Amino acid sequence: MKVTITVNGTPYTRDVEPRTLLAYFLREHCGLTGTHVGCDTSSCGCCVAVLDGQTAVKTCTMFAVQADGHEILTVEGLAAGGALHPIQQAFSDQHGLHCGYCTPGMMLTTVALLKHTPAPTEAQIREGLAGNLCRCTGYNNIVKAVQQAADVLRQPAAATK
Amino acid sequence: MKAFSYVDAANEKDALASLGTERNQVLAIGGGMDLLGMMKDYLVQPVRLVNVKRLDATIARTPDGGLRIGSAVRLIDLIEHADARRMYPALVELAEQVGTPQIRNAGTVGGNLNQRPRCWYFRNEEFHCLKKGGATCFSVNGENQFHAIFGEGPCHIVHPSNLAVACLAYGATFRLAGPSGAREVEAEQYFQMPDHNLYAENVLQPNELLTHVTLPAPMAGLKSAAYEVRFKQAHDWPLAFATAALVMEGQTVKSARIVMGAVAPVPWRANEAERALAGKTLSEETAGRAALAAVQGAQPMSRNAYKVRVARTAVTRAILKAGGMKVV
Repeated sequence: MKVTITVNGTPYTRDVEPRTLLAYFLREHCGLTGTHVGCDTSSCGCCVAVLDGQTAVKTCTMFAVQADGHEILTVEGLAAGGALHPIQQAFSDQHGLHCGYCTPGMMLTTVALLKHTPAPTEAQIREGLAGNLCRCTGYNNIVKAVQQAADVLRQPAAATK
Repeated sequence: MKAFSYVDAANEKDALASLGTERNQVLAIGGGMDLLGMMKDYLVQPVRLVNVKRLDATIARTPDGGLRIGSAVRLIDLIEHADARRMYPALVELAEQVGTPQIRNAGTVGGNLNQRPRCWYFRNEEFHCLKKGGATCFSVNGENQFHAIFGEGPCHIVHPSNLAVACLAYGATFRLAGPSGAREVEAEQYFQMPDHNLYAENVLQPNELLTHVTLPAPMAGLKSAAYEVRFKQAHDWPLAFATAALVMEGQTVKSARIVMGAVAPVPWRANEAERALAGKTLSEETAGRAALAAVQGAQPMSRNAYKVRVARTAVTRAILKAGGMKVV
């Protein structure tokens, strides 16, 4: 089946089997390996991408054909013009990662979370990240990173980000 | 997983035309949250999937003042719907408890109601259990700590949908569309016990779609709530839970509908609890008595007697919460 999915602003038209998972469409058909596959059962959140600028989805539990005609944001689309996105900067500043395997999913979930909840409480951050597991268990610094990103993104200068 | 063809149905008519009569050969896909797991584990190997996300995904007022929810409505849309929350708080609170944020972003109302059981013997390809055409329910002599405490078997799953429990409590009806038209089925008649239907959990036929859930207008004095008991607060299913829909006059319960979840192969209506509560002044004591009545007929298995107590607590707390009282 021919599908066109716009990934990080670039349309990718590919002929895929209906059983192709969106995660593998991104990794193997688009060559964007920043989207990780952890559990492959919608549990861990390593594979999270943002659908249509709004919604965090688990790309291991979605067929590419379901995303036909839609827009996907992956971790490769966060940095702009050589500068880290405020969420990436915050994960770096706050040491919000150990091994880094969960980090793309954490950051993409954060993109959607802060879009809906620009000034989250700690409880809202923890609930918002409930579908993302960190095998290094570095949750406290991840929460701090999301708080920093929220603070930065709320400033008027960041409004264009 | 096995290759299949994919039909992106533009509307209900197209979707129905793509279905077939043989079970599990052609399956509808909404969010796919349950279906992809079933396919990855080789529990179903459909030849065709029919996308039903483009069918009605709206929440609309009905002429009688209720709500009509399209099956393609995502759980997140239901959670964010102000009228749904005000009118049917138990339904919305239960939707909020499902899985994780990403699952609620993709999962649909229809998918939640029609998801297959979580029994670990059913979910494991290696166990050819009763539900899969085998001769044995492995839970009977096996690990049954999360299995049913009500029902005579022969399969001892608990029904996995929490929205289903609220649908029974609110007296919802389901619209099932098929090749020769649509039929309306009361939620209470939709779900089926394994001694009636071992290979599915409801009356939906392979060539039918559950398209809408219609909730009747809330009666004057209706107060409702749900209470779930869980090991984990995220990405888990409740051990037991209850929904209470009380019609109140002051502090007196005129009538009640009490439905328990995760205790039986279907949402389990507690008629004895409803009778115990009718006409009573709501208090910790009357709620507790109703909860005791709710679990009177329980027949726990070898490892799940604790669930009787958990279910009883869930009923007590759902009743108190519905009545706006302090949950002890």
